[in-house]
Amino acid sequence: MAKKLMKGCEAIGEAAVQSGCRLFFGYPITPQNEIPEYMSGRLPQVGGMFVQAESEVAASNMLYGAAGAGCRCFTSSSSPGISLMMEGISYLAGAELPVVIVNIMRAGPGLGGILPSQSDYLQATKGGGHGDYRMLVLAPSTVQEAADLTMEAFDLADKYRNPVMILGDGLIGQMMEPVEFKRHVEPEELPEKPWATTGAVGRAPNIVNSLYLKAEDLEQHNLALGRKYRAMEAEVRHETYRTEDDPDVLIVAYGTVARIARTSIDNLREKGLKVGLFRPVTLFPYPTAALAAAALRAKRVLVAELSMGQMLEDVRAAVAGRVPVDFYGRVGGMVMSADELAEQVEKLAAVPA
Amino acid sequence: MHNELILAGFGGQGVLLIGKLLAYAGMKAGLEVTWMPAYGPEMRGGTCNCTVVLSDRRVGSPVTNRPHGAVVLNLQSIDKFEPLVRPGGILVVNTSLINRPAVRTDITVVPVAANQIAQEAGNAKAANMVALGAFLGASGLVSPDLVRDVLAETFAGRQKIVQLNQVCLSKGYDIGQACAPAMAGR
Repeated sequence: MAKKLMKGCEAIGEAAVQSGCRLFFGYPITPQNEIPEYMSGRLPQVGGMFVQAESEVAASNMLYGAAGAGCRCFTSSSSPGISLMMEGISYLAGAELPVVIVNIMRAGPGLGGILPSQSDYLQATKGGGHGDYRMLVLAPSTVQEAADLTMEAFDLADKYRNPVMILGDGLIGQMMEPVEFKRHVEPEELPEKPWATTGAVGRAPNIVNSLYLKAEDLEQHNLALGRKYRAMEAEVRHETYRTEDDPDVLIVAYGTVARIARTSIDNLREKGLKVGLFRPVTLFPYPTAALAAAALRAKRVLVAELSMGQMLEDVRAAVAGRVPVDFYGRVGGMVMSADELAEQVEKLAAVPA
Repeated sequence: MHNELILAGFGGQGVLLIGKLLAYAGMKAGLEVTWMPAYGPEMRGGTCNCTVVLSDRRVGSPVTNRPHGAVVLNLQSIDKFEPLVRPGGILVVNTSLINRPAVRTDITVVPVAANQIAQEAGNAKAANMVALGAFLGASGLVSPDLVRDVLAETFAGRQKIVQLNQVCLSKGYDIGQACAPAMAGR
């Protein structure tokens, strides 16, 4: 298929269609409205259905019903809307239902603002809703990746019977880049889901539930979920840029900030500074071992985020005090420029390690 | 080749559209491209801009505070973006709506009466296309033929619109070419 120039939001929508997803439930919120807008036009063309729910709470419960019936389905929202979905997401995780949830983050807390942010990292990777659960969290840095990771998200959701989150921000959602869709799957080609509630004809009924009133049973359920989350470690993924010569400063960033950092690094390298990038692609599971190894080859680490320092906690845990870790963040919807980030690196490089 | 460009004006002047056309034409020319609107609570009559990056390598930051070129269609935009253009860069100024000259002397300034030229060609709404043409003429970044193709694709079946816009693009291109220097970083 030829490359098309698309917004990140539209590319996510088309990737869902190409993945055989035919159901979307959601409620409008900036800066991700292009996703529901796209799905509302596109899904009817392929025999699917777009439902504008009465609220995000309702949308997350509609996902529960559709996923329980064995259908590929997804929703998208932005930070305040994702908070409203948290109850439903906890139930989806408890009932082990495969869904894809897209969060195009905007600045918070509360209603905050509509401009880009990465301040939902902790909510996405550490639970967010109640109970011991995890989502797989994938963080695209380009529009092409937004499409590729959305396609993979549906497969991973099915593989682990678990909610998968695409964590982007307003910049990834609104930006246009060339994109191609590398796969195409029809819903009929998807693997069977023998656990789904499809009408118990000629078989015993299936039950999809997250309620375990006996503590012994719930403990076994929690332990099984824990084993599943550990098994997800197999999906861990990261990318490095210009780290081959053991950089003096290793920038750790994901999503939008990671691509801004690439520009900073190119400019700093022209000035003769040894700077590289470590970019987690999966935020849960976190590439802890790979980051620790990369950090140990650097003199210092600089974590850069559009937050007050959320991923910073995972970086500190990975580096475990063996290399100095500094932080630079912009918040409130402000996005750091490549020059601004480069200045921070230059300041750090001047400090004796 | 790596160029970061800002296109700015009032909401409704079509700066997002010419940015998209430029990015699309760049893609057809085999370049890596990004188009990023400054999104916010904007509305018709408010200010509006987008950043287009054209590069022969993977694009890092899709936003810039040091553009290689800028196209400004109204006064607020020249006030905001003229100081940011890199030395040696290009500034296309819509003199129909901007009543002051550019002050920079270390960049190439391309004055173009975009609204007036578009009006004479049939519709002042195509002023954005005159300005885009002027930028292409001055910078030589992307062939105007590619932009003409992209216009024909974007407005397929609306022959009058395609024709008007192509005429305006060419008129702007000639003016830009007359001012053309070599662009910084090319």
